[in-house]
Amino acid sequence: MHSDTQQRLARLYQDESRRVLATLIRLLGSFDLAEEALHDAFLAAASQWPREGVPDNPRAWLVSTGRFKAIDQLRRKARFDESLDHVADSLYQQSEREVFDDDDRIEDDRLRLIFTCCHPSLAPEAQIALTLREVCDLTTEEIARAFLTTPATLAQRIVRAKRKIQSARIPYEVPGPAELPDRLDAVLQVIYLVFNEGYSSSFGDQVTRHDLSEEAVRLGRLLAELLPDPEVQGLLALMLLHQSRRAARTSAGGDLIRLENQDRTLWDSVMIAEGEGLVRRALVSRRVGPYTLQAAIAALHADAPFAEETDWNEILGFYDLLRRAHPSPVVELNRAVAVAMRDGPRAGLNLIDELSAGGRLNNYHLLHAARADLCRQLGRVDEARLAYEQAIALCRQAPERRFLEAQLKSLAG
Amino acid sequence: MKYLCLVYSDENDLHSLPDSPKDTECHAYAQNLAEGGQLVAGEALEPVSTATTVRVRGGQLSITDGPFAETKEQLAGFYMIDARDLNEALRIAAGIPPARVGSIEVRPVRPLDV
Repeated sequence: MHSDTQQRLARLYQDESRRVLATLIRLLGSFDLAEEALHDAFLAAASQWPREGVPDNPRAWLVSTGRFKAIDQLRRKARFDESLDHVADSLYQQSEREVFDDDDRIEDDRLRLIFTCCHPSLAPEAQIALTLREVCDLTTEEIARAFLTTPATLAQRIVRAKRKIQSARIPYEVPGPAELPDRLDAVLQVIYLVFNEGYSSSFGDQVTRHDLSEEAVRLGRLLAELLPDPEVQGLLALMLLHQSRRAARTSAGGDLIRLENQDRTLWDSVMIAEGEGLVRRALVSRRVGPYTLQAAIAALHADAPFAEETDWNEILGFYDLLRRAHPSPVVELNRAVAVAMRDGPRAGLNLIDELSAGGRLNNYHLLHAARADLCRQLGRVDEARLAYEQAIALCRQAPERRFLEAQLKSLAG
Repeated sequence: MKYLCLVYSDENDLHSLPDSPKDTECHAYAQNLAEGGQLVAGEALEPVSTATTVRVRGGQLSITDGPFAETKEQLAGFYMIDARDLNEALRIAAGIPPARVGSIEVRPVRPLDV
């Protein structure tokens, strides 16, 4: 019985601790108080449940225990600081009315937590750190490791963000319909940044840091469940379709393998099927956004059993939609590569040279890498060499640099 | 909760861009906020060339010409508002007419610990 309860408690922590935290933040009006209360509630459960049995509704028990513990704590501190007594009283009265809420309200708390952590008045790196800490329950050490910074720096970033939430009074709410689209974009951006940091980290020795991309997929799933918006589905689809190639993307030695050279039998067909289902649903909605369009492109790659069977025509169709609705130099670059695949290297190179003349991507190593590949195909070896060298100089990630160096070496002459 | 919305803009072209607000528009916006009980105070400021900076160091008063810091954008005016939370304050700030040509810094007012 004893170890049974402990196991159940451990599972409950995994499944419910973020829900309980999200509700406690609403009831107590403070991240710090809520975190302490969550900790105390699980401690109380660990000591009481083995003796008294697990309550019928463990989550409600944890919320109400955590709330009482926090108010108790304030009352104890009030012996030294009278002003806290008043805080404790009003907290007690206020939250008393709100404790026994329906499940919808509780689910909304998780959304409130996500939107608060991704509030645009917090610095982008603070949004990411806070989301990973509060929503995903990663430790500061884990987050610091993932972003190659020290735990002290990261902890400070989180403390500062929480202080700003408190003192600027960032409300704990899901934005109203007028603000929702913009605010949702900010949330999606945080999730996609986390995913990309995991999938193709911009620094360091490894190509992928799996934990982060898995965390991002988990976040995407949670958001899709809480807020079934087409772009949320589009982003989840995009992440799943990329993630599906994970096993094929690097060699045993940790080297990068390009899409056209990957062993497609290693692609995860379950993830692909899920991603494609989501893309289809998102595409028929009225609000087709950039994530959905990129996911549609990824789905077309996933559909081709061999690289030669890729439907570049269809892919270009989606790139055209993408550049019309959401123009960006990176989209132009990717489109140029697709044009090269359909119409030949010269056509692609012309587009890249135009882009390069615009000057906005000249510090982006992939522009030079793409240019190098096309020059090589056209037999313009000297230009290719120069472009590979530029790409290598700009590339900060070791596996990608090794890949580019191998390309440079294999140039004839 | 009170927030101070500081209006910054390059004062050389604050009044001369196609999107530049007229005084009447700013006045109407402030009037509107006041009627909704959201305006505590709000004024436009004379250009920084009229500013004087005061410091006291070691009991010694120093008075110098000009603003505290020379920057590309200058403080052009302010609105002290009363808003429920930061989201409402940001909505109000976004409606301040010179937001179209300059920028609005929204700062929560810190209640003095007395």
